[in-house]
Amino acid sequence: MSSHAKPSGERRFLQVHFETMGAQLAASKSGMWLFLASELLFFGGLFTAYAVYRANHPDMYHYGQYFLDWRMGAINTAVLISSSLSAAWSVRAAQLGDTKTLKATLWLTLLLAGAFLVVKYFEYAHKIEAGYIWGGEHCVDNLKVAGKLTEHQIEHCLSALPPEVAHLPIPEHMGRFFSIYFVMTGLHGLHVLIGMALYVWLLRRAGRGDFGPKYFGPVDMVALYWHIVDMIWIFLFPLLYLIG
Amino acid sequence: MVAATRTAELHPSHEATSAHDNYLTHAHGWKSWIFSLDHKRIGIMYLCAILLSLLLGGVFALVIRIHLWAPEGALVSNPTYNNFFTLHGAVMIFLFIIPGIPAALGNFVLPMQLGAKDLAFPRLNLLSFYLYSIGAVLFIIVLAVGGLDTGWTLYPPYSLEGTRGLGVLLALTATFIVGFSSILTGLNFMATVHSMRPKGMGWFDMPLFLWALFATGIIQVVATPVLGITVALGFLERMFHLGIFMPEYGGDPVLFQHFFWFYSHPAVYVMILPAMGIVSEVVSVFSRKAIFGYRFIAMSSIAIAVVGFLVWGHHMFTSGQSKWTNIIFSFLTFFVAVPSAIKVFNWLATMYKGDIRLKTPMVYVLGFFALFGVGGLTGIFLGSLATDVALHDTYFVVAHFHFVMVGSVLTAFLAGLHYWWPKITGKMYDERWARIAAILVMVGFFITFLPQFLSGLQGMPRRYATYLPVFKPLHQLSTIGAIVLASGMFLDAWVLWVSLRRGKQAPANPWGAASLEWATPSPPTHHNFEQTPPITGPYNYDVLEEVSEEAGWVRNDGWNP
Ligand SMILES: [Cu+2]
Repeated sequence: MSSHAKPSGERRFLQVHFETMGAQLAASKSGMWLFLASELLFFGGLFTAYAVYRANHPDMYHYGQYFLDWRMGAINTAVLISSSLSAAWSVRAAQLGDTKTLKATLWLTLLLAGAFLVVKYFEYAHKIEAGYIWGGEHCVDNLKVAGKLTEHQIEHCLSALPPEVAHLPIPEHMGRFFSIYFVMTGLHGLHVLIGMALYVWLLRRAGRGDFGPKYFGPVDMVALYWHIVDMIWIFLFPLLYLIG
Repeated sequence: MVAATRTAELHPSHEATSAHDNYLTHAHGWKSWIFSLDHKRIGIMYLCAILLSLLLGGVFALVIRIHLWAPEGALVSNPTYNNFFTLHGAVMIFLFIIPGIPAALGNFVLPMQLGAKDLAFPRLNLLSFYLYSIGAVLFIIVLAVGGLDTGWTLYPPYSLEGTRGLGVLLALTATFIVGFSSILTGLNFMATVHSMRPKGMGWFDMPLFLWALFATGIIQVVATPVLGITVALGFLERMFHLGIFMPEYGGDPVLFQHFFWFYSHPAVYVMILPAMGIVSEVVSVFSRKAIFGYRFIAMSSIAIAVVGFLVWGHHMFTSGQSKWTNIIFSFLTFFVAVPSAIKVFNWLATMYKGDIRLKTPMVYVLGFFALFGVGGLTGIFLGSLATDVALHDTYFVVAHFHFVMVGSVLTAFLAGLHYWWPKITGKMYDERWARIAAILVMVGFFITFLPQFLSGLQGMPRRYATYLPVFKPLHQLSTIGAIVLASGMFLDAWVLWVSLRRGKQAPANPWGAASLEWATPSPPTHHNFEQTPPITGPYNYDVLEEVSEEAGWVRNDGWNP
């Protein structure tokens, strides 16, 4: 380490291997975009699996779609889009050095993310309770397998069945639709959780007064991450809930 | 002691400069290493871990070769053999070849070639080393819990059956974690090259090693996440019976193969592109000639990275995919040979009428040309549909990919290691013995793998623990070759060890190279540069003059460390 006196102000966040705050921000930005690209490819595998199974087994998707409540999905879409707005707002507030607005928008983003997970929790709980779970464990797949389900489970499974599917033939290995649903939304939910942790971290730093017109990189980067989480949901919602 | 230091300060002399404060002496104690954010120290830690992995994978290889001395198997039981060839593949691929050149040598050299003080994200760099270490430890635990006998490709349904044991789950986890480490390294390198080039160094003023690492980064960032989600799905399939990969639950095992090779084909370019980067540096420096066709070599790296994404289906010609899919993948596979050939011709043109100096790195590079030539040309037989259907899953494939992945990448890695060794350690090694080791390695390599083309052509299937007596002479020849190869490697390890203990002090620029890492002292100071040296071009040898063998080369524009 150099023996120079510690720089004051926002320059105290300038790392030794960068010459200017601008260079440091530019590097973070390019790193963040590359990370987001790799995130897209990570989800890309799941979208591909979705497409392959959809092309090969359209009946499964037609049947499975009725199990998902589009109203819940729509509420969550609205919640996430608003949270993206407040995330973008927080970046602006940090750039302007407006700490009060910054804290308010960070809190708002965090709360909306939490609201998303609460809705998600109710969706999951309902499905798991009825036995509409993943793959080979899905109760509808096991209705005809002797000895796999108890009398009580069968009753539960049938009573919660959406009315639209009553007259439809049960597609083979129906649980795969739910595998895809749970893995995609589960991985997305995990990203929401990580986003919330990041916003808690930002709130702590904002409370210390770390951010201002010359140093707002972390707020900017987390917002970028948050937008991608939002964007993935914008694709998940119609693919899973709307197009049967 | 104190008095001596004072004297040195007052009277700067040769001894004083050779004992300068460098990145090795800058801080002390094991904590100064494992918490270090210095790219050079992280590079050294990677280098040690990677060499250990090479040793482990090499011991596995020797067990395999010795076992195959006799048709009925000479050393271990058949199930144990299956564990050894699987772990040999997994350790060599995930722990040695993929991270080998970028994470160890690239980490050390990349910021210095940019005239920078560090990578863009030093903490991320350390994290990536930690992840690598965790993955490596998990692979070793796999050994302890009964091993892994699926082959490194982990194909379902076999690998994801309920009876497979803990080994598969651990291997999937380890692959996921090591993959993450690879993504972070690639991301860090790309961001650094993108945003930290000094003034006066445009994209086309960079050393070609940086182009190679940048192109590698593209693959690491884009392909590795797909491997990540694949092994994650495999893990979940095994735990929760998703029905994505397992036919039992309505899943599609061929989908796993598509996902797997979407990563694992580009992964061979994660291995070979940095190797090609080293060759571009070494061939120019030791021919004392600017690299021929700079832009073509640079752009062919990018072309390989991009086209490499479109050929994965050539691993699946016999998987039951459609005829048209096969034909298209076969065509595209031929297409990807073009940029590789462009590089080879440019390297040869660089050597043409050059003042060639056969130092150890250059000896390895000449070996690289031979090995890569054989590996590349035999690839044509495997890219062609008709011949591949016959050669699929035979020793021909084993020989081919060892020529490309081990022959070429290992020799380039060793070329790079010997090329940058004086910079990394500040010591010179014994040229004569290092060259003998290099020749042993390459001769051993040829004796090991040339016979495997023949046994493969005759129908010897890969991965078998026993074989028909007719293959015995070829297998025994192979085993002898492996022992020669191993003795070359151990001899080289000895040469490098001796250089650490008794090697001569290395000058700042022993080879007369013009890229910026040689404009630092050997070993470099903690921050590499007090200020970025003037940029003169990575292959501009006019600015260099040789002082003597001991003092190396100096720049004649007056700028010297
Ligand atoms: Cu391939």
